[in-house]
Amino acid sequence: MIDLILKAALVLFMLAIALSLYRVIKGPSLPDRAIALDTIGVNLISAIAIVSIVLNTKAFLEAILILGILAFIGTIAFSKYIERGVIVERKSAD
Amino acid sequence: MLNVNQLIELMAALLILVGAIVSVISAFGMIRLPDVYTRSHAATKSATLSVLLCLFGGFVYFWIHDGYVSIRLILGIIFVFITAPVSGHLVCRAAYRSRVPLAEGSGDDALNEILFGEENIQVKEEVEATLKEIKE
Repeated sequence: MIDLILKAALVLFMLAIALSLYRVIKGPSLPDRAIALDTIGVNLISAIAIVSIVLNTKAFLEAILILGILAFIGTIAFSKYIERGVIVERKSAD
Repeated sequence: MLNVNQLIELMAALLILVGAIVSVISAFGMIRLPDVYTRSHAATKSATLSVLLCLFGGFVYFWIHDGYVSIRLILGIIFVFITAPVSGHLVCRAAYRSRVPLAEGSGDDALNEILFGEENIQVKEEVEATLKEIKE
């Protein structure tokens, strides 16, 4: 029963990721794609939690933290690129 | 008959299922809504709710099933709860400042005057000048 519910939830998350992928490919502007990529990362976090319950292991729980941090930093870099045109700004020496 | 632990595990699985349904609804919002700003409204708020429900369900499941209180899942919940609104706000701000247009039928745009007021006046003057040249 629990196994069935978890697998159904996994399928629903895959559906959500596929719909977000449509927005990544189609998206009319760059911020659309950035937001859709952020959503894909956030959904992957939940999917990893479910996989870790289904396989009955605790080994994947570190991946949740790392994926959360990577998705956040990636979105910050994207938004800075969209706003300023560069990612790392250097002040001139003088 | 179910005992109490199995009942709590079932509740955790149902929490995860509710999270998955909210996530699919948010993905449909990302497909159907008209412009970046409304789409980010769908993507950040409800996706955050779905992740919180899912990770909390996983936390309860590991707690009851294995007797294992996972610090990593709690940290993941706190981290997603803090960072998802920040990234949504930053992407929206970058979108507005790089002049992604609003959807048709949007209401007042009060920020436009403040951010781009001088540039708008310059553009209007250039358009009037070219119109005058064409007339002459």
